[in-house]
Amino acid sequence: MIIGIPRESGSGECRVAATPESVKKLIKLGYQVQVEADCGGRACFQDEQFVAAGAKVSADRRVIWGESDLVLKVLPPTTEEAGWLKAGATLASFVWPAVNKSLVDQLASRNVTVLAMDCVPRVSRAQKLDALSSMANIAGYRAVVEAAGAFGSFFTGQITAAGKVPPAKVLVIGAGVAGLSAIGTARGLGAIVRAFDTRPAVKEQVQSMGAEFLELDFKEDGEGAGGYAKVMSPEFIKAEMDLFARQAKEVDIIVTTALIPGKPAPKLITAEMVRSMRPGSVIVDMAAEQGGNCELTKPGEKICAEGVTIIGYTDLPSRLPTQSSTLYANNLVNLLTDMTPAKDGQLVVNMDDQVIRGTTVAHQGAVTWPPPQIVNPSPTSAAAPAAKAEVKHETTAYPKWLKQVLVGGGIALISWILAMIGLYAPPDFVGHFTVFVLSCFIGWQVVWNVTPALHTPLMSVTNAISGIIVVGGIMQVGAFGSWGGVFGSILAALAVLIATVNIVGGFMVTQRMLGMFRKQG
Amino acid sequence: MNSLPLIAWLVAGICFIFSLGGLSRHETSRRGNWLGIIGMVLAVLAAFAFRGAQTEVVGEKEVQILGIAGYSLLLIALVGGSVVGAMLAKRVEMTAMPQLVAILHSFVGLAAVLVGLSNYLQLDLSHGGAELTIHLIEIGLGVLIGGLTFTGSVVAWGKLEGRFDSKPLLLPARHFILGGLVALSLLLVLSLTSVTATWLGMLILILLTALSFAIGALLVLAIGGADMPVVVSMLNSYSGWAAAATGFMLKNDLLILTGALVGSSGAILSYIMCHAMNRSFVSVILGGFGGESAAPAGGSGGGGEPKTYHTTSASETVDWLLNSGSVVIVPGYGMAVAQAQHPIREICELLKKQGVETRFAIHPVAGRLPGHMNVLLAEANVPYDIVLEMEEINHDFPATGTVLIIGANDIVNPGAQDDPSSPIYGMPVLEVWKAEHVVVLKRSMATGYSGVDNPLFYKDNTAMLFGDAKASVDGLLQELRNRVG
Repeated sequence: MIIGIPRESGSGECRVAATPESVKKLIKLGYQVQVEADCGGRACFQDEQFVAAGAKVSADRRVIWGESDLVLKVLPPTTEEAGWLKAGATLASFVWPAVNKSLVDQLASRNVTVLAMDCVPRVSRAQKLDALSSMANIAGYRAVVEAAGAFGSFFTGQITAAGKVPPAKVLVIGAGVAGLSAIGTARGLGAIVRAFDTRPAVKEQVQSMGAEFLELDFKEDGEGAGGYAKVMSPEFIKAEMDLFARQAKEVDIIVTTALIPGKPAPKLITAEMVRSMRPGSVIVDMAAEQGGNCELTKPGEKICAEGVTIIGYTDLPSRLPTQSSTLYANNLVNLLTDMTPAKDGQLVVNMDDQVIRGTTVAHQGAVTWPPPQIVNPSPTSAAAPAAKAEVKHETTAYPKWLKQVLVGGGIALISWILAMIGLYAPPDFVGHFTVFVLSCFIGWQVVWNVTPALHTPLMSVTNAISGIIVVGGIMQVGAFGSWGGVFGSILAALAVLIATVNIVGGFMVTQRMLGMFRKQG
Repeated sequence: MNSLPLIAWLVAGICFIFSLGGLSRHETSRRGNWLGIIGMVLAVLAAFAFRGAQTEVVGEKEVQILGIAGYSLLLIALVGGSVVGAMLAKRVEMTAMPQLVAILHSFVGLAAVLVGLSNYLQLDLSHGGAELTIHLIEIGLGVLIGGLTFTGSVVAWGKLEGRFDSKPLLLPARHFILGGLVALSLLLVLSLTSVTATWLGMLILILLTALSFAIGALLVLAIGGADMPVVVSMLNSYSGWAAAATGFMLKNDLLILTGALVGSSGAILSYIMCHAMNRSFVSVILGGFGGESAAPAGGSGGGGEPKTYHTTSASETVDWLLNSGSVVIVPGYGMAVAQAQHPIREICELLKKQGVETRFAIHPVAGRLPGHMNVLLAEANVPYDIVLEMEEINHDFPATGTVLIIGANDIVNPGAQDDPSSPIYGMPVLEVWKAEHVVVLKRSMATGYSGVDNPLFYKDNTAMLFGDAKASVDGLLQELRNRVG
């Protein structure tokens, strides 16, 4: 089969669906590859490199579109381009079938198989095909770089001979792939980063990137199907907006990435909040394409409003064309590797494979979008219950002041006891007291390491050991000179008797138990 | 007199520390126990040497305190105690381990009381001063802690053994009664310091003993059976503090060290148990949980409409088990009561032979003692590496074919995660409902210890296998044997 790589026709689109490296891999899969002249020029890939990798170069767009069995592209094709495709050919690109319904219909009517890179299911197996994540990662990086370009100061705090520079404060809203990437980039530049997300499960991920996770005093899990966010309740949104309003006054840079699948982007940054920001602050609205998270965003443009730069670029990945082309091309190669099981250059569309099924939006003349639901597709949902389980709940409620009084009283009591010991106790006692306190700490250290399975043996051993009181008993026996001595001896001997029961019983039963624990095999 | 016994005690103390350290892993646990035994033998021998070398002045002569009579008395006590202890250890059923541990704790408490009384009887009260005051307070505290450990353990034993009702006994104003008793006994301890006549002091001490007995009993009576893991480890801790107090009284560093070791060990165990139930230590000790049985059940009742549940048979369960790639068995206190661990082990082995991965999931508070289930399964010869803790296995439930729940209830209650009105909300639980099939072996639809209804039973993938746990497990085993030979 022949794979065609056309030059992207969208104005300003710098990416390309293949790189010389990916062409080599496609050829290894048994395909022939033809590329349109200057298809990779804007991403710094020369035609000669494609030729060296084994591709044919053709200057005629119609040849690339019309004489390829499989066309790899970045943006959805125009109606004209779609018309050039051979009947029965295959197209892999971003498609956005929800928006471009007529395009999909047109392609389906021409019996074209359409692989939509934006429809790859979010399951772990498909991560290597997930072009949306690849692009989001790049966009997050670029968003911070754009912000840094528009921001009039350092990101990192410095103390220089000329004076002290405070670090920039960055707020990232939405901790998906793009948000996490933005956090990492901003952290890398030295800024103080905070992040917010409606899904509590991402808290750990945010913290692992070095940002502070902002939380509301409000419990609602924003995780919807597929690990994406869902629409939250009005109360939650109000609490959230209050948080943003407070943060807007404090931070220098806001990067918003909040998207809800199939809905316009939520408006999170009001004009009021923009006004409250310091002049010179920057907002990068990564949701601009879906209408923007900020009220003042102009999609595709960089504007200045109220002294704040608002960047609404919708082509952030394309602004890093070499990197985004490379990753996108790799995603395509991974997809085609899965779909070319025999490595013979023959594409197999296996509609029983959930990943392929989800990605394919038109096949054999029929529109196959949307695909049936996949169960449990979220990679983060496993972490969610664990996070939930940490919610503290007491069956008996105690007033807060009582707890404080108890803690305060406890500290006061301990201080008083220590002071009394220091003031009045003889040195002899202080020596014993030292042993006591240190032993408590040794016990504390040692016992934490005990595996839970051995808790019962631990108890029976400690039990046997606490029979050490037998020593106390032995020390009291023997003085038969007085009545006190006689009674004392008898009591002590009794103590020895029962302590010995304890010692022997405890050790023996432990021995019995430990003898039973065995390893498999 | 030389210091050799003191050094021997030091070595014994080190042995004890290593003994506890050895218990941290299965591989070193036996060595740990032996170190404990060695330390104890050393300590007892050193005590004989120490006491044997002490002298007193009788008339003009200096004679050794420990005479023939003393030695024989001690020997009788040691031998007698050893025989009784050995018999107890040999006879005890592994399922009765909680009771044994509890009753052994009571012995330490009683011994502490006796040593305290004995020490007071032999005390010279004529030379006052700070040292004597401190000594008297030490005696008082030793008796107090020892006494409440004693009755507390006896009550815990009674509840575990089934001699007493394991429901919490909730006296009206019990917190005030308890507080009053504690305050009164502390006053008695203080009054001890100003008494110069031995007979009056003894009277006070006996009164104090009685009071401490009452405190211990009241404390544990108010705590429900399900909280016993916390209570037993708390008593473990107390027995250590009692030994430490005795050590202060006798100015013996080994007793102090060992007591502190045991005390902090028990305290940590109590903390771990409380944490596993998502409850604070204070709320467990204040007691009463599980008493208001009917009241909270409505919270998870979902409006009170009759809910339906599925029942199943042994043969259907065996079908599921054999067709599962992976099976997880969740044992609870019910397994211990029914002594069902042996047939369960056989089921586990038969399944393994059929290529079904079979593992056990242990919740930290399953049973009535920390680590209770592990001991029972070990007794039944289940290898410890297929017995997993909650955190280790919780992620695996979605990939599990069948979960077999034997005599467990609250620890598998999904309400703890998704029903904020549930009394056990927030308690970490085993997420068994994520498996394909869940089979619950249970006597009836009665609620668990906390009196909370369990929504797990009404889930579509849950089936109830009613009957006595032992009979049900035997039935499963029989069926399995018929199928696979």
